[in-house]
Amino acid sequence: MSSAPLAAAPAPLPAADPGPPVVTRTALFLGFLQVGLTGFGGVLAAARRILVEDRRWLKGPEFTALLSIGQLLPGPNVINLSVALGDRFHGVVGSLIAIVGLMLAPMAIVLMLGWLYVTYGDVPFVQGIVRGIAPAAAGLMVATALKMAFAELRRPWRIAIALAGFVGVGLLRLPLFQVLPALVVIAIGLSWWTLRRQERQP
Amino acid sequence: MKEEATLVGLAGFFALMSSMAIGGASTSLPDIYRHFVDVNGWISGREFVALVAIAQAAPGPNAIFTTLFGWRVAGVPGGLVSTAAFCGPSSIAMLYVNRLLQRYEGTRWRTIIQRGLGPVAIGIVLSSGYILTRTAAHDWASLGVAAAAAAVAIATKTNYLWILLAAAMLGVAGIV
Repeated sequence: MSSAPLAAAPAPLPAADPGPPVVTRTALFLGFLQVGLTGFGGVLAAARRILVEDRRWLKGPEFTALLSIGQLLPGPNVINLSVALGDRFHGVVGSLIAIVGLMLAPMAIVLMLGWLYVTYGDVPFVQGIVRGIAPAAAGLMVATALKMAFAELRRPWRIAIALAGFVGVGLLRLPLFQVLPALVVIAIGLSWWTLRRQERQP
Repeated sequence: MKEEATLVGLAGFFALMSSMAIGGASTSLPDIYRHFVDVNGWISGREFVALVAIAQAAPGPNAIFTTLFGWRVAGVPGGLVSTAAFCGPSSIAMLYVNRLLQRYEGTRWRTIIQRGLGPVAIGIVLSSGYILTRTAAHDWASLGVAAAAAAVAIATKTNYLWILLAAAMLGVAGIV
């Protein structure tokens, strides 16, 4: 789905110092509309391709930096990213434009699919689809967790924290508000302690 | 302690979820399962998994499962309120912290917090996957589909849409 004709090209800038790109409100909305419509099963990959590679609103490292701030905070990562990027171009209004652009089309589509499921859920064809995609979607969630684990869980204390979270929330089914505060405090404490030990070693 | 699904109740619940969703929207799924299935019995475990699967099969951020859950128990207004409540508090936090943090880029405390929160998020996303799998995979065939989907997603860069499409065909064919 190429939406190049929709995109307002960034205004031409002097070649010597390409400052921040000029992004109109309409372009911001259409850009995030495209991100929302393109990303299946998670939007990060589509967001990076569209915002960094196609439209060049920000550079790769800037994208990663904004994303990591979004990950420090609660909330959906891509939505946090759209808030930060919208704010950068048009302040709070820009944030709103970016979020609405990102969520509008997916919400309409998902409501339509949900309605189809509830209305035609008795039809064997629809039942078959749901019977097939439900375990696959579950498997994809496990895959996301494992990919994150392979990339980030290199040290024993990190593995222990992740396992503690899994036992508390997954196996014991404790509510997040009981598990999360304690786990976050312990994890940041251990993170601080290991960094300090590293720094003291010659 | 069952309660009815009201717009105010949904707004409060999803705002709370928003403020605890460190590591992304999926970390809220275990708690949403508790609230919607275990505690209030608004939907069955089976429907919970179906709604998550539909949200995954649709384009857009994972967070749109909140639209479906809210809609299922309180209509379209419920879907809109739940989504707004789920995006609101975290977005406001992001707005302020991002402006503040631009001054502290690359500092020691940012590294410490970042390294600490990563494993917490991983444990909770794994919990989401586990709870979904426990509910969706009730026999060897569906467990096989879950395992195959996970394996393909980890080993290759296949777009998730193709994985879901293949699984839907297995379901329609009556294999799962």
